[in-house]
Amino acid sequence: MAEISMKVNGRAVTAEVEDRTLLVHFLREHQGLTGTHVGCDTSQCGACVVHVDGKAVKSCTMLAAQASGAQVLTIEGLADGGELHPVQAAFREHHGLQCGFCTPGMIMAAVDMIRRHPGGLDEKTVRAELEGNLCRCTGYHNIVKAVLAAAEAMAGQKAKAA
Amino acid sequence: MSVEGVGARIARKEDKRFITGLGRFVDDMVLPRMKHAAFVRSPYAHAKITGIRTEAAKAMPGILAVLTGPELKDDGIGNLICGWMIHSKDGTPMKMGAWSPLAVERARYVGDAVAVVVAETRAQARDAAEAVEVDYEELPAVTEAVEALKPGAPQLHPEAENNLIFDWELGDAKATDEAIARAAHVTRMKIVNNRLVPNAMEPRAALGHYDGAEDHFTLWTTSQNPHLARLVMSAFYNVAPENKLRVIAPDVGGGFGSKIYIYPEEIVCLWASKRTGFPVKWTADRTESFLCDAHGRDHVSEVSLAFDADNQMIALKVDTIANLGAYMSLFSSCVPTYLYATLLSGQYVIPAIHCNVRAVYTNTAPVDAYRGAGRPEATYLLERVVETAARELQISPAELRRKNFIRAFPYQTPVIMNYDAGDYEASLEAAMQAADYAGFTVRREEARRRGKLRGIGMSCYIEACGLAPSQAVGSLGAGVGLWESAEVRVNMAGTVEVLTGSHSHGQGHETTFAQVVAERLGISIDQVSIVHGDTDKVQMGMGTYGSRSGAVGMSAVVKALDRVEAKAKRIAAHLLEADEADIVIEDGAVKVAGTDRSLPWAQVALSAYTAHNLPEGMEPGLKETSFYDPSNFTFPAGCHIAEVEVDPETGHTEIVQFVAADDFGNIINPMIVEGQVHGGVAQGIGQALLEGCRYDPDTGQLLTASYMDYTMPRAADLPSFDVLTSNTPSPSNPLGIKGCGEAGAIGSPPAVINAITDAIRNNELPMPASSQTVWKALRKAA
Repeated sequence: MAEISMKVNGRAVTAEVEDRTLLVHFLREHQGLTGTHVGCDTSQCGACVVHVDGKAVKSCTMLAAQASGAQVLTIEGLADGGELHPVQAAFREHHGLQCGFCTPGMIMAAVDMIRRHPGGLDEKTVRAELEGNLCRCTGYHNIVKAVLAAAEAMAGQKAKAA
Repeated sequence: MSVEGVGARIARKEDKRFITGLGRFVDDMVLPRMKHAAFVRSPYAHAKITGIRTEAAKAMPGILAVLTGPELKDDGIGNLICGWMIHSKDGTPMKMGAWSPLAVERARYVGDAVAVVVAETRAQARDAAEAVEVDYEELPAVTEAVEALKPGAPQLHPEAENNLIFDWELGDAKATDEAIARAAHVTRMKIVNNRLVPNAMEPRAALGHYDGAEDHFTLWTTSQNPHLARLVMSAFYNVAPENKLRVIAPDVGGGFGSKIYIYPEEIVCLWASKRTGFPVKWTADRTESFLCDAHGRDHVSEVSLAFDADNQMIALKVDTIANLGAYMSLFSSCVPTYLYATLLSGQYVIPAIHCNVRAVYTNTAPVDAYRGAGRPEATYLLERVVETAARELQISPAELRRKNFIRAFPYQTPVIMNYDAGDYEASLEAAMQAADYAGFTVRREEARRRGKLRGIGMSCYIEACGLAPSQAVGSLGAGVGLWESAEVRVNMAGTVEVLTGSHSHGQGHETTFAQVVAERLGISIDQVSIVHGDTDKVQMGMGTYGSRSGAVGMSAVVKALDRVEAKAKRIAAHLLEADEADIVIEDGAVKVAGTDRSLPWAQVALSAYTAHNLPEGMEPGLKETSFYDPSNFTFPAGCHIAEVEVDPETGHTEIVQFVAADDFGNIINPMIVEGQVHGGVAQGIGQALLEGCRYDPDTGQLLTASYMDYTMPRAADLPSFDVLTSNTPSPSNPLGIKGCGEAGAIGSPPAVINAITDAIRNNELPMPASSQTVWKALRKAA
């Protein structure tokens, strides 16, 4: 068994878990944060993407114990109170989701992608960057649109703030 | 059209829970005392089970039970069935072999469930499943349908001699053969429709709960049709009578057909819950999804298309062998028959058609409906052979199609269907315009200068949706009626709940169904809630598949709305002392037309329930139910054009443009319709370029059992799509809807393959046209 402690969505949590517990199972089963999904067993689909210390991580590819001491952000912690994150808002506005199963991972991956491209994004880059996230419903068309729109909106917000 | 009514492009009501991580999928459910199930599955494609030893597993930590097939049989649980009877051409019924939820004596495909372990945690269940010792005596296996029919092939079921389930035909063989004999030109091809794995992103899951005090079961399951699941589990599998079984399909993460059927795992979870006295949950991992979800397609066909000297089609002859896998899944028999051969006339006048289909058992996962179900197979076959004929006849593909289009409606095909409305020329024109078809030769030349081979291909598809008139499908062998039901419940203060038997698993019903109500009652969609997916709440339902929710499910809502409206008008006429015929409902008010006399909608609703002043003899309340049985199928149709560039060095194909011009009839929310097309086209391009389910032909092992091996379309594999519609309303339902859920997957594969074969100048190209496959075809062409 492993003693772990971390901050999940800003809240300190401690637990004793089996050594083999994956971060995604810790979040879903121990923390009840079921927004992070499991869509495959081979780290291919990206439905489980969360942020660990500010970086997008497939939480099925990391032991919970490895995240001990880290700051973990899940889809449940992304919105600022009642205010949707611009990426969440853009997915809704541009119909970037249908069944909603891949959506949390897509959104968390997109937030990270936008952060890593402060100079802006184009369609080709977004498509290449989405390599680690599978969607079976949307054909990616509207996901790409949503990510581009969110990137633009966030750049606009930043400019305003500066 | 009001701002939120029919035709409005509005964002979805259901999105917020999904974008904030608050969706409720089956695997998210937790019940007090809940335990976890893991299945022991056959590692062999075909084997006798000579013994199962469970002692070691039972001794492991956290184990509550290890259960096997004989125990399940002892408790009277029935075999899984196929619910659509097909008769062979000699009049004999299809040969259905036994399918026990847990295999007894014999396993017939890799993944066949043999035993189940119930444990405190998922990890403990999986550990113990590995400790269950099953003695297998391996038998020879066969995975390809053509091989399974050959003399000496391994035999799967004693009921089905030579593995033949049925040998069925449709159409006039004699007239077809005679027309082919006198034809000026006959194009002949062998067409393989590659086997696919549906791959909804949410793996299947089931949570069964038995309440001993009430002798009552509840099942949370990843289902497209909870009422149908309840019916089948009650009537055929003897799990419980319907009144003792509640089935809930909460948020479901995509289906594409694979979540229509009732699988062994949900039956076993319910049974295991009663056996152990605990709620039991099982969630598939992705490998289990690949192994055990019903697969799609897998046809091998010979086709002959005959023309007269004027290039008019005179006959089409098709001989198909369909692989149905190791067991007959719930709707498996209708897919390669009545959902396939009936669409072989396509958009064309073809006076004589004959289709023969042999359905075959193999040692592979069961095959059933996958997005399009039979219609993609028919469209691929027809649109490949039409394109090939155009090349042979040296006439433009568009011209050959135009020359043979059906132009007068209704049109009775020689293969059952009666097309109600359409304008095939209009969608062809729209697609060609949008694709700048005329400018292609310039683009091809420009690509050539860059060292790329550019090709263009089209596909003009038709499909039959709005499944289906109950009497008609009953006469063709369906075990159920295909109506839909609805209840429109106006609450006392005027808000509305719509309870529908349709099930949304990505289609956006919570928005589009609300738009229909908003349009009719002039209220906001926020005042309308859609309730679905629970047999205890919704009176009855047949569920969502075959693009039926708009054409059939919404029509049921409209029928109930008609009754609500009529009653509301009577109440308002009484209160306003006006003639009922003068009452109109608009903008949230019930008005006397042409006057300023009106009542707010909420007040009429309240009056219905206070019942202080209702017309003489009227019952209180404002709530109506309906069953809607369609009068005909609907016939969405359209034209898809793909333009590709092939790299001759690597064989890599890039889709540089994809245009879909569809006729979906009237549209409730264009944003959602376009999304359906995007997703369907992506799956169709996936079939054409990337996806191919492969079994090892000798051992029957599934070689493509993970996302490392089965190529799912990713964002960089696809272009943005150019989606447009040219609509003719369906006369067959009150909203004029045809359906849009499957069209993308139906129309796109032949367009893509027609484009690549145009680029590489070699018409022999199987799907998936991977880089390697295209590269090989290029070498052959050279």
